[in-house]
Amino acid sequence: MSEPLLIDMSKQGRKAYCFPPLDLPRGFDQALPSLPASLSRQTAARLPEVAELDVVRHFTRLSNLVHGVDNGMYPLGSCTMKYNPKLAEHIAGMSEFTQIHPLQDISTVQGSLSVMYNLLEDLSSITGMSWGTLQPCAGAHGEYTGLKMIRSYFLKQGDDARKKVLIPVSAHGTNPASAAVNGFDVVPIASDERGLVDLEDLASKLDDSVAALMLTNPNTLGLFEQDILVISRMVHDAGALLYYDGANLNAILGMATPGDMGFDVLHLNLHKTFSTPHGGGGPGSGPVMVNSTLRPFLPKPDIELTDSGYVYQWENEESIGKVSMFWGNFLVLLRAYVYILRMGSEGLRAASRHAVLNANYLAAKLAPVLRIPYGKRCMHEFVISCSDLLEKYGVSAQDIAKALIDEGYHPPTMYFPSLVSEALMIEPTESESVESLDAFAETLLKLVKRAQEDPASLKAAPITTVVGRLDEVKAVKEPNLRY
Amino acid sequence: MVYPYIPHTDEDRSMMLSAIGLQSLDQLFEVLGEELQLSDSVPISHGRTEDEVQRMIDSIASRNVRGIPFLGCGCYDHIIPSTVKALSSLPSFVTAYTPYQAEMSQGLLQAIYEFQSMICEITGLDVANASLYDGSHAASEAASLMVASKRKSSTVLVSSTIHPFILAVLTTWAKGTDRAIRILQEKEGVVDLSSLEAELDETCAGLIVQSPNRYGLLEDYNTVADTLHTHACLFAILSDPLSLAIQKSPAEWGADIAIGDTQSLGLPLAFGGPSCGYMAVTESLMRRIPGRIVGATTDAKGRRGFTLTLQAREQHIKRERATSNVCSNQALAALMTTIHLSSLGWGGMVEAANQSYAKAHYLAYHLAQLPGVTLIWDKPFWCEFPLVFSDAKRMRKFLQELRNEGIFAGVRLAALTRQAKDELVLLVAVTEKRSREELELYLAAARRVMK
Repeated sequence: MSEPLLIDMSKQGRKAYCFPPLDLPRGFDQALPSLPASLSRQTAARLPEVAELDVVRHFTRLSNLVHGVDNGMYPLGSCTMKYNPKLAEHIAGMSEFTQIHPLQDISTVQGSLSVMYNLLEDLSSITGMSWGTLQPCAGAHGEYTGLKMIRSYFLKQGDDARKKVLIPVSAHGTNPASAAVNGFDVVPIASDERGLVDLEDLASKLDDSVAALMLTNPNTLGLFEQDILVISRMVHDAGALLYYDGANLNAILGMATPGDMGFDVLHLNLHKTFSTPHGGGGPGSGPVMVNSTLRPFLPKPDIELTDSGYVYQWENEESIGKVSMFWGNFLVLLRAYVYILRMGSEGLRAASRHAVLNANYLAAKLAPVLRIPYGKRCMHEFVISCSDLLEKYGVSAQDIAKALIDEGYHPPTMYFPSLVSEALMIEPTESESVESLDAFAETLLKLVKRAQEDPASLKAAPITTVVGRLDEVKAVKEPNLRY
Repeated sequence: MVYPYIPHTDEDRSMMLSAIGLQSLDQLFEVLGEELQLSDSVPISHGRTEDEVQRMIDSIASRNVRGIPFLGCGCYDHIIPSTVKALSSLPSFVTAYTPYQAEMSQGLLQAIYEFQSMICEITGLDVANASLYDGSHAASEAASLMVASKRKSSTVLVSSTIHPFILAVLTTWAKGTDRAIRILQEKEGVVDLSSLEAELDETCAGLIVQSPNRYGLLEDYNTVADTLHTHACLFAILSDPLSLAIQKSPAEWGADIAIGDTQSLGLPLAFGGPSCGYMAVTESLMRRIPGRIVGATTDAKGRRGFTLTLQAREQHIKRERATSNVCSNQALAALMTTIHLSSLGWGGMVEAANQSYAKAHYLAYHLAQLPGVTLIWDKPFWCEFPLVFSDAKRMRKFLQELRNEGIFAGVRLAALTRQAKDELVLLVAVTEKRSREELELYLAAARRVMK
């Protein structure tokens, strides 16, 4: 059942919260200088006036209209929707962490700083990098930060000419957008017939105008860029740097490191690889890790461990400066730290090994019926094409996705990467059991069968949800963006 | 071997491997090549049980010290109704991704729509997005929006009274690009607008100011919008949204863009994060605002539904031509603000803002009676004010003595600006949450030190 807007349940005078009365000495109120009229607000804002139970029921009902990992499988490719441990949620709610102000005296925040310092140490080990920053609040924010450092590095060398960033066509949209925001020109790199970086195309575009190549490895087809050492040599021989988008790090934890592959800088998505919840679109966290070449350019302040404990280090001339208000999304960092403590070295490695096993198992189950255009084996995810279904029965990737909703699944990532027509990108993660993979595969195969027998029913999906497919054109043409 | 959060049994593993025609997990990683495959385990510690982790975290947590915070500077200790945590912790809200699949994300989309509506109501502007990282990010995005909106422009004017950390983030934003930040100087604690007109040349895209500003003072923007608009420049006001319950809204000042941080509306201190940035703009800038936007529309049966919309602006469609690179934002924090505002209503917001005002003025009035400290600049303020000490030794003693009473007395401005001229300035924040008892405890200790 649909839920009305809370503002439409408003009744003047109703309250969901009462403040304690102001208890200043009698008479002070009268003596209090009031805000000058020239600075005072003239118009009231329209906010809900409801009782506490109204608020509780409204948001509880809204939450019933949302599907999360806790509700069921969420094989959204490149988003790593793994289980978010309850222990981490509990710890992130401890008042010793939530009630600490970011500008308290440093001697009173040693606990929080030790979490951040230890997390940086662990992430350095896991990625094979030298050190990093925890300030960026999301993956795209990490990209912004890493590219800013690359630009500063070249400017420091007096090289103002390197204004291009090379990005494979299969990359996430944030890569080119982050490069453009930093003033770089974006040059796309083609994929070859294997679905990997086209080395010839790369060679033809590498020259002294190139600042960096951004790569996701494994890439968005779920394939490991097996020429990475060659690519790394080519990029560095051309005097450019190599950037690692950590979106797909969940494939290689404990198995290989971006550092060994020759990457100079990378960002992580703690809300993917390190199990912190996505929260319906954030808050995430996008730490940036660097090798020693780029370390001087890290944002300020750094955290150092001295004889008197942890301190902020602000005295870094080459730093790009601050990138967020305070120190980063601390409660997200804390959750990731809890996850690493719980898993340990062996557990993280096992996570990747089972994520890759799950993807390959699922791919093998689907391959006889659904086309997987690239790769014999995959890493942690794979991309199927529904183009045959579209040709034969007029059923698109979107139709399959919407029908999955009626079956209780969150659909895979749709129409990405664009290399694959009618793409569905599937990432099961290590969290799913074999039974859950079997059930998902059976469901998909059932839908393929329905595409032959009753395509109209797929085009009508979803029918079990509170609304059916929405009129997106109307949403754009007649914007209704607020009450 | 059993690992946390991985459901596979030995039997599962061997069955799955044989289904894909392999004997061992290692074979799945042969593609990495011998040169790259790690021979040793990563040098981090071994795994721990839930109990062991909790014990370790308890020990770490004990090294954080809590006090009665009179600390602000962009992060404030306001009252938060218990509904906020209870409802924002509902598992489907917490564990969902960005609502790409509208039909199975209606609850999330509707909550974002309600958030956008509330931000529009509070700022007085027409269109708000689904949130940004924090206030400093909102300021950077406003700067980008300004430069993109005016041909051949490259410079954004920023008041020197803006929060020092936001100024730092804006400086980073300009670094290494052909964009620039130019500072508009202050006079007696507020932005000096007398030179504004002279600063507005063709390269200038707009002005960003902040009220309450870095000193906690409220600023007067009479005629600013007209001056800017005459020169085809945009006007952005950054403010603590709770202050907008009593001070003039960005729309009332004629601003084109309202930005800031919703931390004061339902988010705990949390060592500064997650917070939640907000941005609202006039209708004419609707297609330039960055980030996710939710709109209402209908399905084939005419039922109302919500969906992500105006996506042609965004990075996943436009790639390098997008208006911004933002993707994930702070959705769950925005939800907390939405629940907070739903619980307070406008009356509650005004009450919290008024009580903060009254309590801050009570403390300021009595501190001003003491020798050795002054409230420089006789300017209107809301819940935070600058206390200036006559010498550094006194200031240290003051902070130390109040610490001994369990009070965090304020933030040293120099800790933010790292400038000698700010060494003697202490910023004291008082919210509605500070009880009369706590205020008197503060005053009693202050009187002992400053006699």
